[in-house]
Amino acid sequence: MIKLEKRPQPSDLWSMATPIVAVLATMVFGGLLFAFLGKNPAEAIRTIFWDPLFGEFAFYYRPQLLVKGAPLVLIAIGLSLGFRAGIWNIGAEGQYIMGAIVGAAVGLAFYPAESVLIFPLMILGGAFGGWLWAMIPAILKVRFGTNEILVSLMLVYVAEQFLAAASLSFLKNPEGFGFPGSRNLQQYPSAHNAEVIAGTGMHWGVVFAFIAVIFAYVLLNRHMLGFQIRLTGEAPRAARFAGVKPARLILFCLGASGALAGLAGLFEVSGPAGQITIDFNVGYGFTAIIVAFLGRLHPVGILLAGGLMALTYIGGDIAQSNLGLPAAAIQVFQGMLLFFLLALDLLTNYRIRLAKRETA
Amino acid sequence: MDLSAINPVLLIASLMVAATPLLLAAIGEVVVEKAGVLNLGVEGMMITGAICGFAIAVETGSPVVGFVAAAIGGALLSVLFAILTQFALANQVASGLALTLFGLGLSALLGQSYVGIKPPETGDAFGALGDIPVIGPILFGHDLMLYVGILIVAATWAVLTFTRVGLILRAVGENHDAAHALGYKVKRIRVLAILFGGGCAGLGGAYISLIRVPQWTEGMTAGIGWIALALVVFASWKPWRVLIGAYLFGGVTVLQLNLQAAGVAVPVEYLAMSPYLITILVLVILSADKSNAPASLGRTFHASS
Repeated sequence: MIKLEKRPQPSDLWSMATPIVAVLATMVFGGLLFAFLGKNPAEAIRTIFWDPLFGEFAFYYRPQLLVKGAPLVLIAIGLSLGFRAGIWNIGAEGQYIMGAIVGAAVGLAFYPAESVLIFPLMILGGAFGGWLWAMIPAILKVRFGTNEILVSLMLVYVAEQFLAAASLSFLKNPEGFGFPGSRNLQQYPSAHNAEVIAGTGMHWGVVFAFIAVIFAYVLLNRHMLGFQIRLTGEAPRAARFAGVKPARLILFCLGASGALAGLAGLFEVSGPAGQITIDFNVGYGFTAIIVAFLGRLHPVGILLAGGLMALTYIGGDIAQSNLGLPAAAIQVFQGMLLFFLLALDLLTNYRIRLAKRETA
Repeated sequence: MDLSAINPVLLIASLMVAATPLLLAAIGEVVVEKAGVLNLGVEGMMITGAICGFAIAVETGSPVVGFVAAAIGGALLSVLFAILTQFALANQVASGLALTLFGLGLSALLGQSYVGIKPPETGDAFGALGDIPVIGPILFGHDLMLYVGILIVAATWAVLTFTRVGLILRAVGENHDAAHALGYKVKRIRVLAILFGGGCAGLGGAYISLIRVPQWTEGMTAGIGWIALALVVFASWKPWRVLIGAYLFGGVTVLQLNLQAAGVAVPVEYLAMSPYLITILVLVILSADKSNAPASLGRTFHASS
């Protein structure tokens, strides 16, 4: 007879160990999945996790790790603040799109003027776009008690339509021969999010991601607001008695995560992607949810988890071209990771005891 | 713009078709939430049902077998959610999100070789009766599954309101500790409710891929699963109001498509936003009153002794 016994305090050891165990379990079951698809599992796992870092062409893939990891970490840091307090922003994908549209629009408004001030203005625009989009669920929740999960998610679909409208009408490149999509910001020096150190993949988004990690760490460990966020998540009743204002937390958590997602969108559109197109977004906003949980909602953990998830993206691409592994297999792989993580969390909060069957 | 091109009879007939996937998914979720479980994975279960139903219908040539497979597929995916939330005691919001992310990936993987294929036709349930002017297309001109959807709503209402099973289910959802103290198996009942919800969502997904569209494309449910979740709030957890709500949303979707076709001076993208914006609007209007929500909704149950 297996019995679950609630731990008086969550176990620190298991809290650190579960992500690692979950990754290993995902590798095993992912390997089975790949074998089922007719691929050599050992080779597939090696291609995904080893080749981008230490393989023959690693010099090309390593910079990609930063490029793909930065938006994930930026978004996940923002999400983790809300998740800790039980405020569920799952519409980061929409905020990411709106940040990219507003930021790119600011840059394109100045075309073809050149100034060092344009890029900082675009950064502000990106953060503002994401923040504005996240304020919709925030204000509706504060004012009317509307469920922020559903509203923020509905707004993803609205943002996707808005993105299509932008690339077909008001942001369309006038010299683009009628093709949808904006001007390429990579060819507009003042608006280009170029690499800070050439050849490393280190663009401004990566710099901001590291800054966000440090800020979130300080906020959660050294600041009253961070304490209130943690308190609200871990002991809502105590938080109420302590005078925590829920409205303020909702506005802050959703606003901050929206602004960070908007920044991620801006850095992507002005750098690696280069232009606003109909299918500009690739689902970073949703993958960031996995990153946030995999990183245990802890800033440093999220940094590591973002790197790992970026690795599966890059490794997945390699496996796709070298082994013919379908792109969707990587999506399944990432989803599986979240399942194992959530399931194994049981060990953090509960102790498993083998109890003898009690006799009356 | 030519609004006279919009035929009201066809409009009503097609809104019933557009509403059925929503109806099926939402009625399943009503049962799940009445048992006190919040499953946010509806979108994932729907899309899994959509591909399971599509693939099996294509392979066997029978839409009926396809729908059965869709229900099984949706229910199988919901087993994962049941294990996570009922036995691993994981957070229901996070587990639901995981289910959606996983379902979207899994369906894309399963559906690779089915892109661009036409599924077998589903015939009309009443044949010639559908040719009666005006009432024919509205009342009799549909496929069998649409009527099954309405029957499921009626049956759910009857079971929840008049039977012992329904009473126990609601008791578990209102106060799981009290239900446990009375000797009801809280976990078992919740697992069964989750399975029912998964099956219904699977049917709803297959209705999209087999009848409404009908073909397979990745991510084709396009948020209908999430709208279904909003619909449950809209209906304040009452089966009949789910039916009304689904038809309202179906009406908005169809009207929006008709306006696109009629060439209204608004760009297509802005019209396509309307179902989502209206969902938000409805949520705002109705979220003031949460008194009908099951009291234990979203709370984890763990019998400490």
